[in-house]
Amino acid sequence: MDNLQRTPAERIAGGLGLLIVCLLAAVQLMPLYWMLTGSLKVLTDTIEIPPDWFPTTITWDNYKQLLLDNPTLRWLWNSLFMALAATLGTLVTSSLAGYAFGKKSFPGKNLLFWTMLITMMLPNQVMLIPLYLLIAKLGWVNTYAGLIMPFIAYPFGVFLMKQFMQSIPSELLDAAKMDGAGELRIFSSIVVPIALPAIGSIGIFAFVAVWNEYLWQLVVIDRDIMLTLPVAIAKLAKGVASLNLGLAMAGATVAFIPMLIFFLAFQRFFIKGVMVGSLKG
Amino acid sequence: MQLMKRILEARSAYFFILPAYFFFVVFTLLPLLQGLQFSFYDVKLTSRTWVGLDNFIGLYQDPVFWKALTNTVVLVVGIVPAAMAISLFIAVIVYPLGRGLQTFFRMAFYMPIVASGVALSLVWLWILNPTYGLLNYVLGLLGAGPVAWLGTPNMALLTVDMVVITMIVGQPVILYIAALGGIPRDLYESAMIDGAGAWRQFRSITLPLLKPTTLFVLVTQTIGVFQVFVVIHLMTGGGPAHGTQTIVYRMYQTGFDFFNFGTASALGVVLILLVSVVAWAQFKWLGQETEY
Repeated sequence: MDNLQRTPAERIAGGLGLLIVCLLAAVQLMPLYWMLTGSLKVLTDTIEIPPDWFPTTITWDNYKQLLLDNPTLRWLWNSLFMALAATLGTLVTSSLAGYAFGKKSFPGKNLLFWTMLITMMLPNQVMLIPLYLLIAKLGWVNTYAGLIMPFIAYPFGVFLMKQFMQSIPSELLDAAKMDGAGELRIFSSIVVPIALPAIGSIGIFAFVAVWNEYLWQLVVIDRDIMLTLPVAIAKLAKGVASLNLGLAMAGATVAFIPMLIFFLAFQRFFIKGVMVGSLKG
Repeated sequence: MQLMKRILEARSAYFFILPAYFFFVVFTLLPLLQGLQFSFYDVKLTSRTWVGLDNFIGLYQDPVFWKALTNTVVLVVGIVPAAMAISLFIAVIVYPLGRGLQTFFRMAFYMPIVASGVALSLVWLWILNPTYGLLNYVLGLLGAGPVAWLGTPNMALLTVDMVVITMIVGQPVILYIAALGGIPRDLYESAMIDGAGAWRQFRSITLPLLKPTTLFVLVTQTIGVFQVFVVIHLMTGGGPAHGTQTIVYRMYQTGFDFFNFGTASALGVVLILLVSVVAWAQFKWLGQETEY
């Protein structure tokens, strides 16, 4: 908007607005700064008033204690493996299903699609108890299967994939069919390459969603070595580290960093992915 | 016969759907239905006994349940509109800024979504500590406080409310900024020629054209707030005096602290009903709004 055409009152309001936004941004970023600096503080400095805006004595002991006295790298691996496996599964199932829902007509299509879609609107937690009992019956408590299997089908992924698949021109698929290509052939050599951007976005979505399924990870795993990173850090912070804030902050930082790297690596997808979901409003 | 033929003709479609549907049915749909069933049973890990409506009657008579229900509604009603208003405000201010600044603010508000809820809850717990927390120190400098942020039931609920808002505004900020970019410039230009001020333009151009985004944000944020768990689990444990107890947290406690899976399933059913009512009300309300 052209500033010249604004009245003085509007300009003041605009300036004031910017000031408020800056304050809000500070509120957003402050915890992250406090976490990073806190993780480098010695115990006495963490409970000191007035607090040090910057750590006076920098110590790496918190990280040493975190990484050496705890299977932190194993926890990280557990989270990574879980999220990657579930994401891969989700991508396969939702691109196949999204293609059928988006490009094919068959009896029962709407019923099948809407059944899936409605559960998408429900919070995952409503399944918590029966799903846990099912996993317990299957003997999957404290296993990767227990962490991964419930997230192989991702209704939101199917939904997004269907939206995307609908935009693929049918003539393209018909032409391939005329040339005698089989269904799987068409899917793998025409549909998948076109759908790669959507696959990327959904993959990122799914990865973050599974990584953050805290409640499920909390109930399905209680063996220390099988814990996922966020749950393990939370347990640590409630246990040993409740008396050592620096250690808790080091834990928080370690829980934050994988997601930060992931975000920075796929930043463009993140923004685009957020919007893919809103297209249909 | 006709149907059989059509099904047979379309058989490849069913094969494409099969993998997703298999996992969906086994790990989502059946558990969902079984949850409904379990709410009428006394469920142990190894046995189940039909108890009729006992689980629901138990909830009805449990003051903690009513507390959890009220708090859940208060959280949704308190957080969702506030988060939407704040994010719209941020987007409107940030959008006209240059590219660099816009990126900075987008990142700033999105960062907490990237950071895990666990990390943020732990930091906030420290910042909000009544004796050595940063927030009370800063308030002290301004001559206010100290505040027992998590000390009393009502204050704790308000604090959780605010912490959750900081964690979720990022997504709507990004959506609104993107949607603002989709509004044709010439609409504003002709409005200006007609002498409409900034507020007027916002009211009659920006807001109506952002409606699809608003609907999407409303629905997703509402679902998100119903699911709030980590913050409560780590910061308050539902306390003090059940002041921050929610349906989801109560369900977790009932199931995994008290091992009362039947009652926990009944809580799940209540959650489904609650979500359905809210979703219905939202669509109804927004459906009406379209008719201007």
